[in-house]
Amino acid sequence: MELVIFVLVAGMTLTGAILMVTLRNIVRSVLAMIMAFVGIAGVYLVLEAEFLAAIQVLVYVGAVAVLVLFAIMLTQRVADPSRPANNNQAWLAFTAAVGLFGILSAVLSPLKWPSLPTIPTLPNSTEPVSSVTNLGAVLIGAYAIPFEVASVVLLVALLGAILLARE
Amino acid sequence: MVPLGGRLIFKTTLFCIGLYGALARRNAVEILMGIELMLNASVINLIAFWRYVNPTAALTGQAFAVFVITLAAAEVAVGLALIIAIYRNRETVIVDDVDLMKG
Repeated sequence: MELVIFVLVAGMTLTGAILMVTLRNIVRSVLAMIMAFVGIAGVYLVLEAEFLAAIQVLVYVGAVAVLVLFAIMLTQRVADPSRPANNNQAWLAFTAAVGLFGILSAVLSPLKWPSLPTIPTLPNSTEPVSSVTNLGAVLIGAYAIPFEVASVVLLVALLGAILLARE
Repeated sequence: MVPLGGRLIFKTTLFCIGLYGALARRNAVEILMGIELMLNASVINLIAFWRYVNPTAALTGQAFAVFVITLAAAEVAVGLALIIAIYRNRETVIVDDVDLMKG
C-alpha cells in the first residue's frame, strides 16, 4: 500500500518536474512546478512528516508559485515563440545532469540501507514523536536560537526584496 | 515498504532535473524555479534520513527541513526582486542578454 502511494506521488513529482523544464510556455511551466510541489508534499506525508507537508503546500504552492506568477506578469509578455526557451548550452547541461545522475546512482545503489523503523512514542504519552506538538516544542526548545535567527533572516530578506523591487 | 535506496534514487532524479532546468533555460525566472526544485530534493533527503536512520524525539531532520524551507522562501523573494530590478534597467529577463560585466 505504502509502495503504491509512494510510486504515485513520486511519479506525479517527476512528471511535473520534467514538464517544468521542457515546456516552452513559462506560465505552463509554473503550473507544472505546482504539480511537482504538490507531489513533494505527498512524499512528506508518506514519510510521516505531516506538518512539513502542510507547510510545503502553504509556502511553495501558496506563496512561491504566486510570487513567480507575479514576477512573470511584471516582467514580460508570455513565452515569445520566436525565441528559443533553452540557451545554446542545453546539450551540455543535459549531459551534465545525466552524468551527475549516473555517478550518484552508481554510488548509491550498491550500498546497504537500514530498513524502515517504527516511530517511537513520546514518554508518558501515546503520541508519536513526529507529532506537530513535539515539533513545536523542539523548535522553541533545542532549536530556539536558530529559529529566532531564521525569523530575522526572513525579515531582512523581505525588507531587502521590497527595497530592490521598489520603483 | 519502500527501501531508503529507492527514495534516494527518486531524489537524485529530481535534483538532476532541477540542475538541467537551472543550467539550460534562458529565462531567469525558470533558472530560479530549477534551483527551487534542487532545494526541495535536498529537503526530502533530510526528512528521509530522519525517518529511516534516526526517528527520535529530537526531530533533527524535520527541524532542519523547516529552516531550509524558510531560507528557500527568503531566497525566492530576493531573487524575484532582483529579476524585477534587472528588468526595470535592462528591459529583459533573458540571462544571455544581461552581460554588463562582460569584458
